[in-house]
Amino acid sequence: MTVLFDGIASGMLLFLISVGLSVTLGLMNFVNLAHGSFAMVGGYVCVTLLNKAGVPFLASLPLAALATALVGVVLERTLYRRLYTANHLDQVLFSISLVFMSMSAMQYFFGAQQQPLNLPDFLKGQINLPGLDMGVYRLFLIAVSLLLAYGLQRMVRGTRFGAQLRASVDNPRAARGVGINVERVFTLTFALGSALAGLGGALGVEMLGLDPGFPVKYIVYFLIVVAVGGSGSIAGSLVASLILGVVDVAGKYYVPQVGSFVIYAVMVVMLVFRPQGLFGRTTAR
Amino acid sequence: MTKSTVTFKLSAVLAACAMGLAAHAAEPLKIGLVLPMSGPFSAYGKQIEHGARLYLDQVGGTIAGRKVELLIKDDTGVAPEISKRVAQELVVKDKVDILAGFGLTPSAFAVAPIATEAKKPMIVMNAATSVITTKSDYILRVSHTLPQVTAPIATWAAKNNIRRVYTLVADYGPGQDAEAQFKKTFTAAGGEVVGEVRTPVKNPDFAPFLQKIKDAKPQAVFLFVPPGEQTIAFTKGFIERDLAKAGIRIIATGDLTGEDVIDGVGDNALGIVNSMQYSETHNSPENKAYVAAYYKAYPKDRPDFMSVGGYDGLQLIAKTLEKTGGDATGDKFMAAAKGMAWTSPRGPVSIDPQTRDIVQTIYIRKVEKVGGKLQNMEFESIPNFKDPGKQ
Amino acid sequence: MASSSIDLTPLQQADRWRPAELAFWLLPFVGYFLFPDNLVLLTQIAITALFCLSLDLILGYAGIVSLGHAAFFGVGAYTAGLLASHGWGEPLSGLVVSALVSALLGFATSLLVLRGADLTRLMVTLGVAMMLFELANKLTFITGGVDGLQGIEMKPLFGTFGFDMFGKTAYWYAMGVLFLLFWAARKLVHSPFGLSIKGIRLNAARMPALGAPINARLAAIYTIGAAYAGVAGALMAQTTQFVALDVLAFNRSAELLLILVLGGSGSLYGAILGTVVFMSAHHVLSDMNPEYWQFWLGALMLVIVLFARDGVMGGVRAAARRLGLQGGVR
Repeated sequence: MTVLFDGIASGMLLFLISVGLSVTLGLMNFVNLAHGSFAMVGGYVCVTLLNKAGVPFLASLPLAALATALVGVVLERTLYRRLYTANHLDQVLFSISLVFMSMSAMQYFFGAQQQPLNLPDFLKGQINLPGLDMGVYRLFLIAVSLLLAYGLQRMVRGTRFGAQLRASVDNPRAARGVGINVERVFTLTFALGSALAGLGGALGVEMLGLDPGFPVKYIVYFLIVVAVGGSGSIAGSLVASLILGVVDVAGKYYVPQVGSFVIYAVMVVMLVFRPQGLFGRTTAR
Repeated sequence: MTKSTVTFKLSAVLAACAMGLAAHAAEPLKIGLVLPMSGPFSAYGKQIEHGARLYLDQVGGTIAGRKVELLIKDDTGVAPEISKRVAQELVVKDKVDILAGFGLTPSAFAVAPIATEAKKPMIVMNAATSVITTKSDYILRVSHTLPQVTAPIATWAAKNNIRRVYTLVADYGPGQDAEAQFKKTFTAAGGEVVGEVRTPVKNPDFAPFLQKIKDAKPQAVFLFVPPGEQTIAFTKGFIERDLAKAGIRIIATGDLTGEDVIDGVGDNALGIVNSMQYSETHNSPENKAYVAAYYKAYPKDRPDFMSVGGYDGLQLIAKTLEKTGGDATGDKFMAAAKGMAWTSPRGPVSIDPQTRDIVQTIYIRKVEKVGGKLQNMEFESIPNFKDPGKQ
Repeated sequence: MASSSIDLTPLQQADRWRPAELAFWLLPFVGYFLFPDNLVLLTQIAITALFCLSLDLILGYAGIVSLGHAAFFGVGAYTAGLLASHGWGEPLSGLVVSALVSALLGFATSLLVLRGADLTRLMVTLGVAMMLFELANKLTFITGGVDGLQGIEMKPLFGTFGFDMFGKTAYWYAMGVLFLLFWAARKLVHSPFGLSIKGIRLNAARMPALGAPINARLAAIYTIGAAYAGVAGALMAQTTQFVALDVLAFNRSAELLLILVLGGSGSLYGAILGTVVFMSAHHVLSDMNPEYWQFWLGALMLVIVLFARDGVMGGVRAAARRLGLQGGVR
């Protein structure tokens, strides 16, 4: 049972960090491999606020998200915007160049070591029920992810902004014709994706650590979630993350000899049988 | 010829000879360092460079009357073909006298043939696999080997009433070697390995493994994972799941509690008993001077065993060249270096003339908080310990 | 008749060698004399160029986006390495065996990349490569794992030219293999088979109507691409006399994709130019700043992608157009 709980928590963390990528890739059709860099920035902001400025953990989380969103807006306006019409491969080249620069920059400012993170006491420890040990921080992660998933889904499906976003993505010309400021919608969406990445990065430090190599270490996992879940689908990302998290943890517990294979094998199998992802659209754009 | 012409010509000839001699004596000593300065192991390169430069500053940049030129090349740590390429360029293009550095084993393996073919001394300052020194007759090592630091902790555990140990290592070369050496020494000393598990190398979550350990109820866990975020994750999980409360201890090699990584692990590291060749708190005048000089030059970092590897590499070069009178040709250098002994900041060390590997004191330490800082406090030592991996 | 309505001469003349191309292939000779102390770097550029060429075949021409091409490079490298470390040190036969083994693997996995859009193929190829990586790590007692395969000793090429520290033999060996395989690839892409591959990339729905079986063709080009990558890997193992787990790493596949996009996919020369630009820039920048060269390399890539769409090759074509030179079909 504990294994199941740990798998769910692991999946939730994956979801938190990957959902931003699902948003930018799926909703904006932009291959932003620098997503991990945004997460890393969020992590560093959180850790700096916590360790150097003494800001309490729960307060530094939204601040990290905000700071990352700001970085996202600046980059979107100056650089990303120019590559919306470029083909996917050029976007890959572009985003990787940002990854290189961000990793080197973080090494310059913070050094190559792991950043220490000390959680507040109320987030440490375990809650022990018969047959089930639940880490408090993992519970916190699950709660935050569910809240976020619900909020995002509501926003995309239920609010005016969400409708504007879906319109801008499906047909920018028509959307402009109806009076939607497509540029502003894209900027806001990108800011949202970045904020999510930053929040995910900050929340992930406790479990994944933080050093300048973060973007390339975990980019594979983010891509797996988005591919298996179907890009652009929040529900898809959630389900895919859960499946992957549980399978990964269970695999390592029950069959550690092949533990690392499992996640890749599952991904390949799922993609071969459902190439568009669990909740992805079948029609190519 | 007039007298003045003869004098002039004579003085010219003498001046030329003198300049020629002076030029030879002042020929700079070029040392090429192949280090991981960028990439996931850049912390290694940084520490080794720090140590090397500290030694040079101490001796005013000259060794045996020759001015030292340190050429540092990055090999990223993850591409042995780059190690080979930069080493080859150092030898063929920059014409270095000595190759040094090597943060990781594959880098050393790839470069060994160049040292042999070019007959250049190759000083390994960090890479820790036993067989490295057998790959070329021109290799000298000043760091440590994995079996050399693993065997002592196994012996210590067996002698200190720890009879049942569970081993957890990362499933890659160094992890497998550590596991093998630990099992060999521990069982030979009468201990029992009640369980063993190899974790995937990229493993941010130890939850399932910690559960297994808790269920097996050993007295201690022998841990070997890539130092850095894995140590952090493991110790966090260890405390969180109350394994410490269940009376289980963590024993490990000092890679996991090195000064460069221990602050990231934090207080969760307290109490870990480990074995290594160097601690910042080693009580000797050489070390006190070393630590003081280190903090003066690099206030944002802490001196660790890798920096001492860099420092001692240069020190070995200096002492050898003093013996050969500045002659750094491969065969002469190697003949002089074998058997060389000196006092390092870590303690007394020497180069084994048979294996060209380092012979040193391995200390058993415990992680404690001293003056608000996490330190490895030495409480036992095994002097003149040779690499058991070659016995 | 066709000749009255469609001018086929561009297609028929497409595989004639242009003067610029002939000049380009004098570069290996120039390099040998201009940079005698950097032969190992140039050899590794040639090997990576061949590797990139193999990716261009499947990505630039067939449109299969792969993030796991290192799988074939690694398999080729380990095959050649294991042969040599077990006593079979003859280089050319090692190349052939590695090519065959990689081709086999390519053929076997080609079934997986036939379906799906870009992202799917990306992840499937990635997954296969990662599983191979884990497998090689598991089999450390065979492959040497992260520490690497030791004891690779190469016999002299053609029985006379030994592989030594100065790298002259390795240089000509790699350049020779690169040129031969490039020539073959060039012939391939201008052949009817090659044109059908391009057709599949541009309009897969139409091709069966023309009588081209899509899956068979894609599987064929994927297998060829795998074989080329395997040869590149074998060359790396033989000239470096060392193989470690990094040949299968994700980094290698990702960097390769980067290089190809930088150079411009779909032209074969783009693969080579991209490699030259990327690796030279890395080398020069790393010399200047061993710690932070990655930042400047990223900045260089950023500038190129912002101002030169379709990579370096695109820039070259634009310059050629502006200078009024003939471009031909491609």
